[in-house]
Amino acid sequence: MSRPPAVDAPASAYDMGHATEIEHLATFAVLVQNEPGVLHRVVGLFAARGYNIDSLTVAETDPGAQTSRITIVTRGTPHVLAQIEAQLKKLVSTRHVQDVTRDPNGVERELALVKVRAVGAQRMEAKMLADIFRARVIDTTLAGFIFEITGAPSKIDKFVGLMRPLGLIEVSRTGVLSIERGLEVG
Amino acid sequence: MTAHTMPNTTKDATPAPQDPIMTMTGAEIVVRALIDQGVTDLFGYPGGAVLPIYDALFHEPRLHHVLVRHEQGAAHAAEGYARSSGKPGVVLVTSGPGATNTVTGIVDALMDSIPLVVLTGQVPTHLIGTDAFQECDTVGITRSCTKHNYLVKDVNQLARVIHEAFAIATRGRPGPVVVDIPKDVQFATGTYVPPEAARPIHPYHPQVIGDPGPIAEAAALIAGARRPLFYTGGGVINAGPAASAALRQLAALTGAPVTSTLMGLGAFPADDPAWLGMVGMHGAYEANHAMHDCDVMIAVGARFDDRVTGRLDAFSPGSKKIHIDIDPSSIGKVVRADVGVVGDAGKVLEALIGAWKRRPPEEGPERLAPWWARIDRWRARNGFAYRPSSTVIKPQYAIERLYALTKDRDTYITTEVGQHQMWAAQFYRFQEPNRWMTSGGLGTMGYGLPAAVGVQVAHPHSLVIDIAGDASVQMTMQEMSTALQYDLPIKIFILNNEWMGMVRQWQQLLHGERYSHSYSASLPDFVKLAEAYGGVGLRTDDPAELDDLIIEMIEMPRPVIFDCRVERTENCLPMIPSGKAHNEMILGEDIRDIGSVIEAGGRGLV
Repeated sequence: MSRPPAVDAPASAYDMGHATEIEHLATFAVLVQNEPGVLHRVVGLFAARGYNIDSLTVAETDPGAQTSRITIVTRGTPHVLAQIEAQLKKLVSTRHVQDVTRDPNGVERELALVKVRAVGAQRMEAKMLADIFRARVIDTTLAGFIFEITGAPSKIDKFVGLMRPLGLIEVSRTGVLSIERGLEVG
Repeated sequence: MTAHTMPNTTKDATPAPQDPIMTMTGAEIVVRALIDQGVTDLFGYPGGAVLPIYDALFHEPRLHHVLVRHEQGAAHAAEGYARSSGKPGVVLVTSGPGATNTVTGIVDALMDSIPLVVLTGQVPTHLIGTDAFQECDTVGITRSCTKHNYLVKDVNQLARVIHEAFAIATRGRPGPVVVDIPKDVQFATGTYVPPEAARPIHPYHPQVIGDPGPIAEAAALIAGARRPLFYTGGGVINAGPAASAALRQLAALTGAPVTSTLMGLGAFPADDPAWLGMVGMHGAYEANHAMHDCDVMIAVGARFDDRVTGRLDAFSPGSKKIHIDIDPSSIGKVVRADVGVVGDAGKVLEALIGAWKRRPPEEGPERLAPWWARIDRWRARNGFAYRPSSTVIKPQYAIERLYALTKDRDTYITTEVGQHQMWAAQFYRFQEPNRWMTSGGLGTMGYGLPAAVGVQVAHPHSLVIDIAGDASVQMTMQEMSTALQYDLPIKIFILNNEWMGMVRQWQQLLHGERYSHSYSASLPDFVKLAEAYGGVGLRTDDPAELDDLIIEMIEMPRPVIFDCRVERTENCLPMIPSGKAHNEMILGEDIRDIGSVIEAGGRGLV
């Protein structure tokens, strides 16, 4: 999960001239045949070619058709992202690849559990902010809360940022899930 | 989802229990599937976890098994067999070391897009994961170096998997496929499904026919070009003889010159006036300059490897690039394509011929006359020139004589990796596809000898020569024993300079002439070595004697090792120094300056 090299890294003599391009976040939804080792094929591809994985979620979604859905958040220049998509499609176990970020109908959601230690006024402040973010309290003591929050990753980032000065202890995030609006299969 | 959580289901097996002939052991299923796939030859080495399959082979006259001396040799032999015949190569090895020894050959096949089906034995399923004797995680180890791989835990899936393995190895961009078969599955009884009845496990439909839109765009670009150039690769060879025929036709129609990668040699005849020679680091001066200065580049089945492109930001700066490839991920991977066409090289070239004939350009071939005049000026530099000698054998001269004395025969050439490989590519003039077997992408020293074994198995009556180096050939020398066992009269033509020549060359040019561990201070006596194996050894260091001995080698109906003692410190030129552009190529006459030409950045490159 290392960050990609900085853009101002020394240009290689094999420099492709893409180094000056801006990196974007992208979410790929990869439908794969659910079979032993398929997750390794996908993750191994990212490791072998030096692509970054920001988050990864995976589960079987259609036992009848033996398909699993892998949602990968990655980052790269447009050229690198196009290569990632092509390489994912090349895997024999892959059935479908969708660039959710570029798809106007793409929906992304993430769930996070946020543990906060706070007493007195800070405790009330944390609860108020949680209400604004529509986070649910799933456990509480007199000294703090565990919140459950869902939403776009940026919303969760924001909420976690607000909890930090109030006594943030721990965050657990699922990684991004995605689906396409409309009634068709992605 | 993660490893081994999938239920060991049998629900997808095609049931045909009524037919008793279709019920057999897993080992018999393997043999039957190979026969039904049209396999006639396979390369392998037995061992504990694969004995049931060897037992099933024992009384099977339709499968000719070649026993190698090391499993890496089996993989390279299968590669040579595949590349020279157009059929997939088949390897059969045992678990653990048997499987791991094939890995170099598997990666080699992946890099050079060679169709291989590698069958590996595995410990019984109940022992998998227990660190059993000769157990290794074969599918884990080969996952990243195969096109696809399988662990078969259900005998009723075995036939389906093997049939699909052949389909995946050969269709689309070819590559190696591993099928790992535990010993209990080989013993178990199950149902055989013939290829036509086997439902595929994975939908796999690579695009073969190119889309008409980009093909029309490509045709228009070529028609408008003033300095067009075909840059062709191994994909043209892989697409079969029809693709080479289409390339020749399209080149003739358009009047454009043709260059090719190392892997693509032979698709276009070297004797054709439109042939510029190989492109790249040790390619032809005229080919590299044409790549740099062309205005429309037609890349067919080539992947813009770093050995071809040199410095990327100076790569063919003024050209529109058409990229035809069966692998969509190749297009735009390294160099941006202005027009990308996904499809089989032969099919797309044929479509381009059709498009060209429907709308021929208004001007005739004279439109390219200034381009050809420039090419002729580059040709006049004679970039492959070397200083001849009457006292020592120049390696270039040895290849020239080998070509002159074998060109009228039915000849196949393999190589190892290094200087001799580049000299072979420069001086052996290939006229037909499938005649040239070399390790391009991976650069595997030790490829050529076993590959020659495989080629000779596919073409028993042809002349098969491994142009070798003294260092490379020792990596897989044991396959001489295989050649003797099966009466395969391969010829190992060693350009012996006692050095790892390419390493020495780079140390001379880039590391201040510090020759660290690149000299072989104790080489075997190759003549005695040949005799020890039961073959024939020849040796000379005299240019005057060379022709006679080459003829003796060619006419010898037995395996030969030819110890051709050549100039020790000859450098392989011309050369694009690391980090330089195509038009900054160094010729033989510039050699004294080469150390100062490569800058610090270039030294860091491979």
